[in-house]
Amino acid sequence: MKNRLKVLRAERDWTQADLANKLDVSRQTINAIEKGKFDPSLPLAFKMASLFNRPIEGIFEDEQ
Amino acid sequence: MNTVNEDKLETRVRKSNVNLAIYTGLWLVTTALLAFGPKLLWDFNTALTVIAIAANIAAGALMIFANVKHLNSIDELGRRIFLESAAITLGVIVVFGVLYELISFAGETFAFTPRISHIYFVMGPTFMLSMLISNRKYR
Repeated sequence: MKNRLKVLRAERDWTQADLANKLDVSRQTINAIEKGKFDPSLPLAFKMASLFNRPIEGIFEDEQ
Repeated sequence: MNTVNEDKLETRVRKSNVNLAIYTGLWLVTTALLAFGPKLLWDFNTALTVIAIAANIAAGALMIFANVKHLNSIDELGRRIFLESAAITLGVIVVFGVLYELISFAGETFAFTPRISHIYFVMGPTFMLSMLISNRKYR
């Protein structure tokens, strides 16, 4: 699944560690999501949507 | 209310690691007591041996619960890495266990007696190696 996490994070000038701290996950998790190696759970996706004030489909995009 | 979720990730992982280390240590101590106590400490006194068995089971149960608590304290990627490593370890143990039993039937072909405790020497390194590989995979 593709995502705009890195762009959204960069727009706010946040590091991976900053975002990880805000979402209460590890920096490794943020890195893996940004690289498309790991798809977050629905609760975490909702948390991201709330943090970035966007709908989930504004952050994640199905590759199919 | 679940107090585990009130702490930040780093704090709750540190707490659960300490918890797990304490109960694993306790289980090791009670296992050593059960292994060496009857012969070296209480001269095969039945009552003391039964107490040592009960202590070992109790410590084992606490260690298992601490492990589950640890699993719930880490974040979702950490949990995936842990579970993938546990699945690989379980598979290796099944394969190794059956093979080991078959070796025991081979009799004189191998000059050693297979023991169930030998499985720990496969289990530990397998889990650690799996964790290492999985962590690299998601780096």
